[in-house]
Amino acid sequence: MSTRIAITEYLSIDLESERWLCRVCDRDIAPARDNYKRGLLVYDRDPRDIHDPKLDPSRYEYTYAPDPAWCRIVEFYCPCCGTLMENEYLPPGHPLTHDIELDIDSLKARHLGNANGKGA
Amino acid sequence: MSANEEKSLVEKFLQENVLFLGPDPEIMNNHRLAPETPEETVALAKFAVADELNLVRHKLLTACNESFDMVEQMGAAPGAKWGDLISGVWTASGDLALSSMGGVLLFSVLTQHPVKFILKYWADDPTVGIREGDIFVHNDARYGNIHNTDQSLVIPVFHEGRLICFTGAVVHEGENGATEPGGMPSKAESPFDEGLKMSPIKVGENYTFRRDLMTFLQNSVREPKLQLEGMKSKLYAAMRMKSRIEETIAEYGVEAVTACLRRTLTDTAEEVRRRLRTWPDGKIRQTVFADGTLRENCLVKICLEMTKKDDGLTLDFRGSSPEFLNRANNTVLASAKGMLAQEFLTFVWPDLPRNQAVFEPMTVITDAGSVLNCSPGAPNAQSMMTFFPSFTAAQLAVPKLLYSAGERSTDIIAGWYNMIVTFIYGGLNQYGELVGNVCADLNGMGGAARANRDGEHSVAPIFAPMADIGEQELIEEEVPMMKIVPNRVMKDNQGFGKYRGGHGYQQIATMKDTSMWGFMCCAIGSKFPSSHGIFGGYSPGTYPLCKVRGVNVFEVMQERRDLLRYTIEDIMNERPFEGARYSTHHMGLQLEFAQPGELYMITQGAGGGYGDVLERAPEDVADDFRDGLVSPRVVADIYHVVLDEKSGAVLADATAAARRAEREARKKRGKPYDQFVKEWVTALPPEGLPYYGSWSDRAVIHRGTPHDTCPGDAIVSVMMPDPKDVRIAELERELAARELAG
Repeated sequence: MSTRIAITEYLSIDLESERWLCRVCDRDIAPARDNYKRGLLVYDRDPRDIHDPKLDPSRYEYTYAPDPAWCRIVEFYCPCCGTLMENEYLPPGHPLTHDIELDIDSLKARHLGNANGKGA
Repeated sequence: MSANEEKSLVEKFLQENVLFLGPDPEIMNNHRLAPETPEETVALAKFAVADELNLVRHKLLTACNESFDMVEQMGAAPGAKWGDLISGVWTASGDLALSSMGGVLLFSVLTQHPVKFILKYWADDPTVGIREGDIFVHNDARYGNIHNTDQSLVIPVFHEGRLICFTGAVVHEGENGATEPGGMPSKAESPFDEGLKMSPIKVGENYTFRRDLMTFLQNSVREPKLQLEGMKSKLYAAMRMKSRIEETIAEYGVEAVTACLRRTLTDTAEEVRRRLRTWPDGKIRQTVFADGTLRENCLVKICLEMTKKDDGLTLDFRGSSPEFLNRANNTVLASAKGMLAQEFLTFVWPDLPRNQAVFEPMTVITDAGSVLNCSPGAPNAQSMMTFFPSFTAAQLAVPKLLYSAGERSTDIIAGWYNMIVTFIYGGLNQYGELVGNVCADLNGMGGAARANRDGEHSVAPIFAPMADIGEQELIEEEVPMMKIVPNRVMKDNQGFGKYRGGHGYQQIATMKDTSMWGFMCCAIGSKFPSSHGIFGGYSPGTYPLCKVRGVNVFEVMQERRDLLRYTIEDIMNERPFEGARYSTHHMGLQLEFAQPGELYMITQGAGGGYGDVLERAPEDVADDFRDGLVSPRVVADIYHVVLDEKSGAVLADATAAARRAEREARKKRGKPYDQFVKEWVTALPPEGLPYYGSWSDRAVIHRGTPHDTCPGDAIVSVMMPDPKDVRIAELERELAARELAG
């Protein structure tokens, strides 16, 4: 029986080892009870790289591009395969979000059940 | 007299002499079901066969849908015509048990408050009472519903002298006599700028409106005929539902109706609890930012900590922005709950009955006096500017629990576009009548990407899965607005990802044949995206309001049709109309009177993307390029796909190489988490950024500057300066500097 549970498109948790894993390359990312982002590479991207101005910035204040002084894109990459696993749109300097904090004991009980001796 | 007798006498006196029956926190803060009544207990015991209950439920639901169609066909308000309404049946305790399948499902969880107010305060009041044939209406959001532009009407249904239930409808009627026309005044600086303030009120008996009260209401709004017509259509719909209920009673007995309504609620709540039990336990955190109040740009933080434990879900929004006491973007807590319920009703469990019990197992926590739980003194006409972002926070958080859940009723989905990008208007129409309302094409929000497919273009609003954007030709028959480009999908306007969000359309509007016409706009997201992707998918972009003023395009194009451009980008960058003034703005526009032939241009937003752009099938990128949905820049720089210049076909090897190179580039530019945090995170918000809400500690709330803070449990409301005063001060400083420089 597989002990890996897919948690997001790119992240799984191995219940036996209690580790976050990359679903694309199987890279061990971080302890499952910790913030998975701690095991990723992080990049501060100018939002205009992605959402480029459609109107002439020399003429107009609002151009369809986010204001880089208000908004940055923080990208999280798998350090092994380079998959963009998550991103956050944040004001400059804003603390990063510990977004997923699952109850690992409950998850193990649900998926491993009595086979692991921890109850259904 | 004993001390106890004296105390009860004083309490009785105080109870009988309440000087003002304002919004009742006991009603407004409670979204749970009323306790089972003795009549319901008896009915449930008598009528318990599931198949028969189902038959009765479908009969009543059909009645809801029938009356929905009636209002949609009869209603004069644009909102009514295009589905911005629901009709429903409330229990004798005031809980909404069944509502129409179409329309604004957001109403499903927040229509019970005025009915419960009527029951609590008017039932035994000798000056009011609840009798067969009575008609009650309401619109003040502080007593329930979303905002004052929505008007509800309910009638009690009796059987052999006993109250069985209520029937009625809630409709976005539009014009309501507010400080700006159209019913959603972003200029409102107090609740008293927001027009009609109907607490739940009896406006008729024997199924007939009192003419004096009707005249008073008509006299309070800019469209008196609309007020009358709206109330009549809701009344007839309610009466039709009443007839259907009477037919059901005749066929199955009164217990059948009572039991069906109660069981529908309790079954729904129990089913939600059962489904929640299949989700993993844990906490999900999500932060989003609204980038303005509609009067000015500022960052309004909405932060959510969602906790799933067993069969309960808690949505904790503490740490979000403080309320703005003189801005219209504040939300009454009950309205926020309604919008949050929308996530579950529409996007997670669309198969469940539409009623308020869907939200029964949920708990919402907020800071009192925050922008999501504002005080009665704060205006709320544009509460969507904060409760839509709160919805988005929930929508982005849910997939992180749902992905590994034991069962799902829908596909995992990214953030739907969440803003009402349309024009509100006011003025004299081509027939000389004073009108004010909103265009229904706000309903064309871009659909989000899903885990297995792209989002649909301009498909539906977040609050109503089945709504229409209206027929331009029909609209032009009633108002002097013209859309010289009505709904044109915009290139590159998608949330990029493995699956991309659906595009939004552009609208280029103008007007003619009127001596007085003004436009308004009410959307945020011109500096900071308002919705987002998931699992690496990108947000939609940001959107400006663009204007071309000082020109009459009808006159200029009489001889020069070639001047017409079909996209906002082409008009603004090429500036084909000589001598005109071209400008861009955020999308919060208060009533601005335009001249014939001037252009007002807005762009409906896109849905968020799902997954890594490098995983998007190259052939899908090629298809989008062929269809004119993406530019060569997006093909090459976002999706890293190489196309054959002539045929547009994917060059597989070159694409694979480009994508390998981008993955390597990511690994090179990305920094280890701890190093990044050390370099990135600051103790306080940046100087000069007007920031509202918590930063690193949810208990400390910033009020616009890094050092002006208040505790989360003792929020100090924010008062914003008049933007015109701010501009005058800027100009005075500029003038003084010039004078100093000689």
